[in-house]
Amino acid sequence: MSAGTPRSLASSGQKNIQDIRHPLCAAEESASIRSADARIHPGSGADTAGGGEKDLSLPNGTPVDTSSPASSSSLLNRLQLDDDLDGETRDLFVTVDDPKKHVSTMETYITYRVCTKTTRTEFDLPEYSVRRRYQDFDWLRNKLEESQPTHLIPPLPEKFVMKGVVDRFSEEFVDTRRKALDKFLKRVADHPVLSFNDHFNAFLSAKDLNKRQGLALLSKMGESVKYVTGGYKLRGRPIEFAAMGDYLDMFTQKLGTIDRIAQRIIKEQSEFLMELREYGPVYSSWSSFEEELHDPLEGVSGCMSNCSSALDELTEDMSEEFLPVLREYVLYIESMKVPTDVEKCQDRVECFNADLKADWDRWQNNKRQDFRQLLTGMADKNIQYYEKCLAAWESLIPSLQDKQEAKDETN
Amino acid sequence: MADSGSEDIAVIGNTDLTPSESENNLKNTMVEKGTSLLKRMEIGVAEAEKRTGKNAVNMQETYTVYLIETRPVDAASEGTNPVPDSLWRRYSEFELLRNYLLVAYPFVVVPPLPEKRAEFVWHKLTADNMDPDFVERRRVGLENFLLRVASHPVLSNDKIFYSFLTEENGWKETVFETGFQAKADSRLKALNATFRVKNPDKRFAEMKHYGDELQSVISQLLRVRARAADRLYGVYKVHGNYGRVFSEWSAIEKEMGDGLQSAGHHMDAYAASVDDILEEEEHYADQLKEYLFYADAVRAVCRKHELTQFELEMAAQDLTSKKQQREELATGTVRTFSLKGMTSKLFGQETPEQREAKLKMLETQIEEGEELVKERNAECDEYVKSAWVDIERFKEQKDHDLREALISYAIMQISMCKKGIQVWNNAKECFSKM
Repeated sequence: MSAGTPRSLASSGQKNIQDIRHPLCAAEESASIRSADARIHPGSGADTAGGGEKDLSLPNGTPVDTSSPASSSSLLNRLQLDDDLDGETRDLFVTVDDPKKHVSTMETYITYRVCTKTTRTEFDLPEYSVRRRYQDFDWLRNKLEESQPTHLIPPLPEKFVMKGVVDRFSEEFVDTRRKALDKFLKRVADHPVLSFNDHFNAFLSAKDLNKRQGLALLSKMGESVKYVTGGYKLRGRPIEFAAMGDYLDMFTQKLGTIDRIAQRIIKEQSEFLMELREYGPVYSSWSSFEEELHDPLEGVSGCMSNCSSALDELTEDMSEEFLPVLREYVLYIESMKVPTDVEKCQDRVECFNADLKADWDRWQNNKRQDFRQLLTGMADKNIQYYEKCLAAWESLIPSLQDKQEAKDETN
Repeated sequence: MADSGSEDIAVIGNTDLTPSESENNLKNTMVEKGTSLLKRMEIGVAEAEKRTGKNAVNMQETYTVYLIETRPVDAASEGTNPVPDSLWRRYSEFELLRNYLLVAYPFVVVPPLPEKRAEFVWHKLTADNMDPDFVERRRVGLENFLLRVASHPVLSNDKIFYSFLTEENGWKETVFETGFQAKADSRLKALNATFRVKNPDKRFAEMKHYGDELQSVISQLLRVRARAADRLYGVYKVHGNYGRVFSEWSAIEKEMGDGLQSAGHHMDAYAASVDDILEEEEHYADQLKEYLFYADAVRAVCRKHELTQFELEMAAQDLTSKKQQREELATGTVRTFSLKGMTSKLFGQETPEQREAKLKMLETQIEEGEELVKERNAECDEYVKSAWVDIERFKEQKDHDLREALISYAIMQISMCKKGIQVWNNAKECFSKM
């Protein structure tokens, strides 16, 4: 529910899109429990996650905008908080950016650039840059679910959008989708097992994904499996996992409530903004027929305008950054409800449980950091709003008082 | 008229009931220093009380009375602090006083009373005159009214005003004995009548126009404020829901629980803070309302000038026409059409005796007319002089007061922003510990 107006597609704002911090980046590798399948990373000298480098970047490769003290210090905070960081090596960085519209006779669609930087030997080259469309991401996810049924696969943004209701080519929609796709790939890249999946490798490196043969058939199969078995992936698991299911239920509910509250606040703020916007003109028109009071009233009018802009920014930020992230988490949890074919892995139950527990723990940890960041961000935005208003009013006071002193002196 | 004395005028008011420091300061700055009354006496409206009694139609009614306290200045400065003289008055008596002043001093911009009914209310405030918040704000407004009158160079010397402050019994009778009531009725009628003035004083016309504009813009402002207050209330209160959900959420979390719980408390505090914010803003609205009503008083003074001017013009016109009649009668020429002229033409001329009698009558009337014109001219000049002095005084007061009001409004906003920053910083700290 965005209070802002859709912008044109081209601009990514004043910052280079690479420099814009991902609103919900899966942070440093923090799970101490490794799954049994995990490869042993060679201990390498370059600790790219440390704070010692001159180019601060987040563990998964997104450069940090170091001009903002909030972001670099919170980055450092997170790095310092987590003990497990020391032995970690990042050797695979993935980003999704540069959305472009393609118009052909058959259809119009958006592609995204997927950039990869890696030192892994599984890849032929150290760098890749390919273009992928949503279909390709969908294919990848299906492949991952199929080939790694014992693991939690991160979710994709909504596949279907109602034409005529949502503009599939508006910059807002495309950018929201891009962020979600970027998140998806980063989560896969961070995963100790999934990141070594061959399909993932192909997705990142192949010039042209040779997938058409299997695609239609496979997605249909995937659907039928979903309808046959309902409930959580955790169904039929040992009792200890039942608690996870309960937690997810309650957590989803809380997230839903928070979503509603946030929406309500945005609505109230927008309505308050509407009234606030009326103040300026009234004070201005008053100043037009006053002499002594002309400047003070104009000053107040200007102040009101500044406060209006600040509130507008706050509402927009909450709409475009807070709400989508919250909703994406709900989707994430929804995706954990969709099971893969259970029967296929009956013989690997032991392995399945361990994998799942490992993934669960890392998910919990990521969730904690994600929400810490999300809520801290919300607090920050509100603080910034009040600071802008405070500055506006404080700068007005001397000009209101100055005249008075000058006037008193002349009396 | 008011000398810029350096005396400190202390005010007894029930200041510990007022919501903020700034209101107290404003009261002091609003009071003009230097009238002889204020030099002698401290005036305040200390309390309000509910009373029940039988009204004019012998029905039970509940009403509020206000305690007016007066104290000689010397006593206070000596430090002995004796018990002040006091008496109770209700709102209708204040109205009576003001109506008297309006009639007795038509050239004065008479200070307004606080509103009779709550107007420009936002959703939470009731328009109930018995509501304690309304009563409290009215108490402050009545005190303000008394101080304004007491600090006015002309009004402060009025005996009726003095006895309003000092004589509990029999004051009403004293007022009615002045016979102002009759004048009040005719004044109202005249002010509401429409008439055109041939030579209006440009300054008064402009001032009246200013009064119109001021009234219009302040009404607009008050309406916007009421709506904005309503919305702001909503924004703050919904944040209270965060408090609840964070609390529930913390129950299902392990490490995150404490941070969430504490953050929730800060959200509750944030939601609760809006009540104080809006109460302080109410004070600003009251200041605007005073000048909304002052605009009306200014317009009344300008209207009265128009009336005076109109009466002068009427008298002058009447004199001119009588002089013309005399001329016609004397020379026998009819320049203007008159029924008498026509009938005499039709039914024959008057006798020389009749003409003589008529001429004599006209002469008397002309003499009287000239006296009247002289009188009215003097009245007009006098009125213009005194009224303009008071208008200039009013303009200075208005500029000063409204500037102060804007400053205190800005201070209020600053305080609100600082509180907001503090609460969100607290919440942020809790979040960062999650």
